[in-house]
Amino acid sequence: MRFVAAKACAGSRARAGALYIGGNSAAPIETPSLMISTLKGLPAFISRDHLGDLPAPDSHLLHVSPIHFLDCPATKTICTIGGLHQMVGLHDHFFIASPRDSLESLPESDGTNKLGASFETPSGRQLVKPSAYMEMITSLMPNLWASMADEVPAWVSDKRNKTSVDRTLRWLDECINLDLEGGKNVLGFVVGGSSIEERKRCATEVAARNVSGFWIGGFGLGESIEERPALLHAVTDSLPEEKLRLVSGLSLPGVDIIQPFLSTEIAA
Amino acid sequence: MVNSIIYLSMFFNLFLGTIKGLTNIQLEEIGCQLILGNTYHLALRPGAELIDELGGLHKFMNWKRALLTDSGGFQMVSLLHLADITEQGVTFQSPVDGKPMLLTPEESIQIQNKIGADIIMALDDVVKTTITGPRIEEAMYRTLRWIDRCISEFGLINVFLCLLHFDDIHGVKLNASVDYWAAHKRPDVQNLFGIVQGGLDPVLRDICVRGLVDRDLPGMVASKANLTSYWDSYAIGGLVGGEDKDSFWRVVAQCTASLPEDKPRYVMALSFLPDAFYYLAMKNTFQGVGYPLDIVVCSALGADMYDCVYPTRTARFGTALVPEGILKLKNQAMANDERPIDLTCSCMVCKNYTRAYLHGLVTKDAMGSQLLSYHNLSYMMRLSKNLHTSIVEGRFPEFVRGFLQTQFPKGDVPEWVCNAMEVAGIDISSCCTPLTSWHDQPSFDTQDQQAGVVSETFIN
Repeated sequence: MRFVAAKACAGSRARAGALYIGGNSAAPIETPSLMISTLKGLPAFISRDHLGDLPAPDSHLLHVSPIHFLDCPATKTICTIGGLHQMVGLHDHFFIASPRDSLESLPESDGTNKLGASFETPSGRQLVKPSAYMEMITSLMPNLWASMADEVPAWVSDKRNKTSVDRTLRWLDECINLDLEGGKNVLGFVVGGSSIEERKRCATEVAARNVSGFWIGGFGLGESIEERPALLHAVTDSLPEEKLRLVSGLSLPGVDIIQPFLSTEIAA
Repeated sequence: MVNSIIYLSMFFNLFLGTIKGLTNIQLEEIGCQLILGNTYHLALRPGAELIDELGGLHKFMNWKRALLTDSGGFQMVSLLHLADITEQGVTFQSPVDGKPMLLTPEESIQIQNKIGADIIMALDDVVKTTITGPRIEEAMYRTLRWIDRCISEFGLINVFLCLLHFDDIHGVKLNASVDYWAAHKRPDVQNLFGIVQGGLDPVLRDICVRGLVDRDLPGMVASKANLTSYWDSYAIGGLVGGEDKDSFWRVVAQCTASLPEDKPRYVMALSFLPDAFYYLAMKNTFQGVGYPLDIVVCSALGADMYDCVYPTRTARFGTALVPEGILKLKNQAMANDERPIDLTCSCMVCKNYTRAYLHGLVTKDAMGSQLLSYHNLSYMMRLSKNLHTSIVEGRFPEFVRGFLQTQFPKGDVPEWVCNAMEVAGIDISSCCTPLTSWHDQPSFDTQDQQAGVVSETFIN
């Protein structure tokens, strides 16, 4: 994967870029770009034989949540099948993994503790430890993956918010340590809630690690629309310009790839 | 009988403007030539007028191959309140506003004209339950009178031999004199099929058949009402013994024996009942028409065309069709099985997905139903094609034997199948262990067993 941040838009933080995802697509995906949401690796309403009808290579960018695979298949089975791309028959597509999605894997900060992050899933609330998460990442082999995070809503106490940043940084290090490739394809997760200082702190700390890019999260959890630009800028100002930035839960200038919040619901 | 008839075995699928879970391109890919539309549902929504205005159903749904519509009468009787049949037609309560309405044979034809399918059905006097007695006879004669009204409404003068044949990709032509009937070549031609009534009474059926034959219609339909009326009693009444399957094949055999050899015979069944009935029936392990085994038997008896919702419906319950019977993908044993559904199948699903992955999808994600529907329909298309090719190449009996041996490796072919094959003139003694009486056959009251189906031991 190669990302080139190209032209910045004068007078704004927006930037155009190109994402080279390799494989059979020689042409890059132009950023800002959207990821297509998937359920267990397949877009919810198009089977793999129809994906080719969508514009390429832009439609090759897919989001996957490893949490969808908690029940089955077993990680061992996914390994023997050959990983996510092989399992869903999408060898030319570019999967970016992160735990949260807007439908079947919703962060539940009340259930999150020092051991792991909690998610509301169709099979109930699940606590996911970094070790289990990395086991799934290793078996799925997505092209890029976000580290685990403690995403909290905007109304939590300052203390809780600070804890969420500490945990997220700790889990980033843990995930990189557990990664067989040493974090080659990791996207460092940035949180910080509604606090400008915490956002800056988290972003700076994550940027200090050797990551391929950044996953900017903790949005769409109760903060007001007016707050968002300042919070996002606090983050992006602390990040190196040349690396890829993804965001979930919203869409604002200064980011390269967006995880749509409601795309599957709208499509339905 | 079989050796002298060269027919296409045609399987097609039910829809309401689309097939549940498959796109047109996917249908074309798996070789589907003909799909069936419910006139009743289409007339309700989006409405026959709208379809007509937009250029007919082919254009509306962008389907370039053939379409078939039924008369609309059956749903009215089975789905609506206060439906009643008079000489005039079917009176029913409008589902929209509750007003009394009337569907006449003429109107049914008019609606089907607007929809514009290639094959249309005459409105028949539908006898819903297994009634015996004078009502059956009344229904039979009325059906013939209604056929006449349909014909005069339809203006049927030219009769085309309606032998279907594959499109250019397959390049198989059965008969040089056959008109190639596809919507894009003959947009203005529809072919009217008549439905054989008469219950189980061979005399009445005979009269009906002769009546239809005299009218020289392009095709005939084995009385769906009687077949599905059995279905009803199964769905509601629960477990029934093997003799009902026995009656079913005899009805088909009688019809095909008396219907003209040069016209297609279409066994309609299982088209019209909602999922709830189906689930109930499945719980009671009902043996309805539509299983691959039924289609092979009916083909042996001389039927040509079939439709049913079974492949897609069973897909939504997580069941895949395989040569050995069925595969229940939600079974825990599938969770780590890295094989495709069927190693002999070359459909998109079997080429790309493992049982383990599908196990995680079925009954939980819509995509699971879609993928299974795709495979199941592929399987049915493949079965149809194999039936056809084996007949054309003169090795149909061998094909049947191979089919039965795969489905019943222990030789426990059900007695009704043996009886039917005897009448059909196919020797299947090599497939059967010495016959036990039907009393000794495995009980069908567990969810794991169905007629002609191997249980989970297969997967090991």
